[in-house]
Amino acid sequence: MTIAQRAAATTTTWIDDRIGAGKWLKKNLRKVFPDHWSFMLGEIALYSFILLLLTGVYLTLFFNPSMKEVVYNGSYAPLNGIKMTQAYDSTLRISFDVRGGLLVRQIHHWAALLFVSSVSVHMLRVFFTGAFRKPRELNWVIGVGLMTLAILEGFAGYSLPDDLLSGTGLRIAQGIVLAIPLVGSYVSTFLFGGEFPGTDFIPRLYSIHILLIPGILLGMLTAHLLLVWYQKHTQFPGPGRTNKNVVGFPLFPVYVAKAGGFFFIVSGVIVLISALFTINPIWMYGPYTPDQVTAGSQPDWYIGWLDGAVRVMPNWEIVLWGHNLSLNILVPALIVPGIMFTLLGLYPWIEARATGDRREHHLLDRPRNAPTRTALGAMGLSFYLLIWISGGNDLIAQAFSWSINAITWTIRVLLIVLPPIVFVITRRACLGLQRKDRDKLLHGRETGIIQRLPSGAYQEVHAPLTDDAKAKILSARESYYEPIEAGPAVDANGVAAPKKGRLARRLSKFYFEQRVTPPTDEEIAEGQHHAADDLATVRPAGQITSGH
Amino acid sequence: MSAGTPRRRRPAAAAALVTVGLVATGALYAAVGSMAAPATAATVVSPDLIKPGEQLYKEGCSSCHGLDLAGVPAESVGKGGARANGPSLLGVGAAAVDFQVSTGRMPVGAYGKQVVRGRSSYNDEEVAALAAYVASFAPGPAIPSEQDLDFKDANLAEGGELFRTNCAQCHNFAGQGGALSNGTYAPAISPKSPRHIWEAMLTGPQSMPVFADTTVNPDEKRAIIKYITAIKSSPNPGGAPLGRVGPVSEGLLMWTIGLGALIACTVWLGAKAR
Repeated sequence: MTIAQRAAATTTTWIDDRIGAGKWLKKNLRKVFPDHWSFMLGEIALYSFILLLLTGVYLTLFFNPSMKEVVYNGSYAPLNGIKMTQAYDSTLRISFDVRGGLLVRQIHHWAALLFVSSVSVHMLRVFFTGAFRKPRELNWVIGVGLMTLAILEGFAGYSLPDDLLSGTGLRIAQGIVLAIPLVGSYVSTFLFGGEFPGTDFIPRLYSIHILLIPGILLGMLTAHLLLVWYQKHTQFPGPGRTNKNVVGFPLFPVYVAKAGGFFFIVSGVIVLISALFTINPIWMYGPYTPDQVTAGSQPDWYIGWLDGAVRVMPNWEIVLWGHNLSLNILVPALIVPGIMFTLLGLYPWIEARATGDRREHHLLDRPRNAPTRTALGAMGLSFYLLIWISGGNDLIAQAFSWSINAITWTIRVLLIVLPPIVFVITRRACLGLQRKDRDKLLHGRETGIIQRLPSGAYQEVHAPLTDDAKAKILSARESYYEPIEAGPAVDANGVAAPKKGRLARRLSKFYFEQRVTPPTDEEIAEGQHHAADDLATVRPAGQITSGH
Repeated sequence: MSAGTPRRRRPAAAAALVTVGLVATGALYAAVGSMAAPATAATVVSPDLIKPGEQLYKEGCSSCHGLDLAGVPAESVGKGGARANGPSLLGVGAAAVDFQVSTGRMPVGAYGKQVVRGRSSYNDEEVAALAAYVASFAPGPAIPSEQDLDFKDANLAEGGELFRTNCAQCHNFAGQGGALSNGTYAPAISPKSPRHIWEAMLTGPQSMPVFADTTVNPDEKRAIIKYITAIKSSPNPGGAPLGRVGPVSEGLLMWTIGLGALIACTVWLGAKAR
């Protein structure tokens, strides 16, 4: 043993004697994780979160969350002598006078955009592959909570510098609070410590932004990851992969190296973007005062859909007993997102009602094999995208020389018309892909070789599938459900069946009435036999064996 | 009972008092108003320019604005024909003519929601002649002199404050322009021509309101022009400015280049394991 080895051994033994981690590590370092590019989307979110914590700590060293009025006297000449809050003043100082301040601020902001966007695509992956099914419903709900908090946290950060844009955003947020029936004005007064903007809100928002929400985020993130660890990661179907195993690589060394490397890649990309592209040039916006606003006042992208919903909503208001019910704000800013997030959180249970399935699922669905879910997801996505686009309607109008009113009306119509169309098209596309899969299983894959028969007819030669392709396609059996059938209306003793379960049956019919039945083993064996025969007639056996 | 008392209490007395008050207020307002407006009224028109201006006007402008400059009302134009009706030019002043013609907005190339900026059909002398001719009919805002536009000593920060209060809501925080209703828009402000910025403020072309000298005084106008010129040429310490249009272009960049690059990396990392 060299000296270095002996030193390492002594140290590790010393630690192991005291906390006994050796055994635990030995087991867990060998823990197997499956491999797929889409499993790394959540990692992007995790690493941008780490980057957010690091840069955020640096920014707290210089940011002054106070709404006390000061006169600016610093490096940025066009604002010299202008009255502003200390919050804005200190953000200007961070941008122009603190060493590395602007870069760190930009890293923090770009990382925030990336954080929410990677959370979103991660969520889409989990949804469309059915990874939220039993036993992972709880983790799905935690994920929805993380998403909501990430959006809130982002908005809080966007509002802190107290520049014209963030103040405008806060003003709109306050308008949304005011639209809450009955208690709106009281809640607003409570939040802002009086009239908007007051002098209390930024210090309050600061503790929420750097302490409360990150604390909860960190806790929920830990729970999220622990549950992945404990319940093991799902895997895509493939040869040898079942609901009872995990096929992949060990944590150490493969994933330690991969994940560690990926952290640096994510950090590198964010820092590169931050060094090359301006984000939120607060000095250009000027300090917030309630009598100013800029054209194209927009929130960051993850609030854009809410802003867009408000923009397309017709200006409806009801006056009841002298009280305004601002449907124009209430519906798009509170009711629609409330419904969207509730449906999102409850989705695992909704689908479980339709399948009536109580099994555990560790094999992922291919999206085509769950046509109704995929279609519902695509439908929701189309709705989201439309109101998201609406959030930038003024810039779109400007860029393409369109009428903003025409854009608004187009989106209003599309919001009603497009999602159902997307639903139908997606479901049909999924079913079509399933039929194609079924054909492949039964007749083999198309080789592109055209054969002329002695009779003069032409036909294409089919080749048998590889094991990999076969296992993938056969996984359709795992995802296959038939609608829940009603039992006999009257049982053997003449007692009428309870009406309970009618809703579930209806839901089940909606989900699974249109379906493609995966072929049985016998059907496949026969089909593959034909394919092999086909092939043998054109080329000696074995020449076309590898395929996709 | 004295003779004066009942007369003072007659109903007609109240009406008479109100009348006297209104007349006095009106007269005072007119007097003050005319005191505030002399800068725009005193347009010196060079007679040498009016003659060629008249010729140019008759050729290029009169079909829409009328030979007497009173405009052509929309109703008088045939339904099937071109919409060749123009507003009255009486009192628009030389500033309005200079702005509209030398930015190429007039004569109108194509009718749309908004008359667009383009290359001017006239050279500087012709524009001056046209302006002189139009200004000779009725007093109106004059073309700013070089001293008017000398913003060297203007207050930059005050200009910024004024810009954000008066201009940014349509032209955006960096003067990049923005959408208005029904296909109209506030154009991006070009820093190349302070004269046009001044004239636009003074005459309020198309959807733009008028910022007369009584609202934004000449010193403030100079400050605004100085601010626009400064930010248009200011460096971008944070890197490429992404159009200076706010968070939409930032979000677009993150979703395309940022997330795109990282997803490409995940595919790369996922593929290497095979």
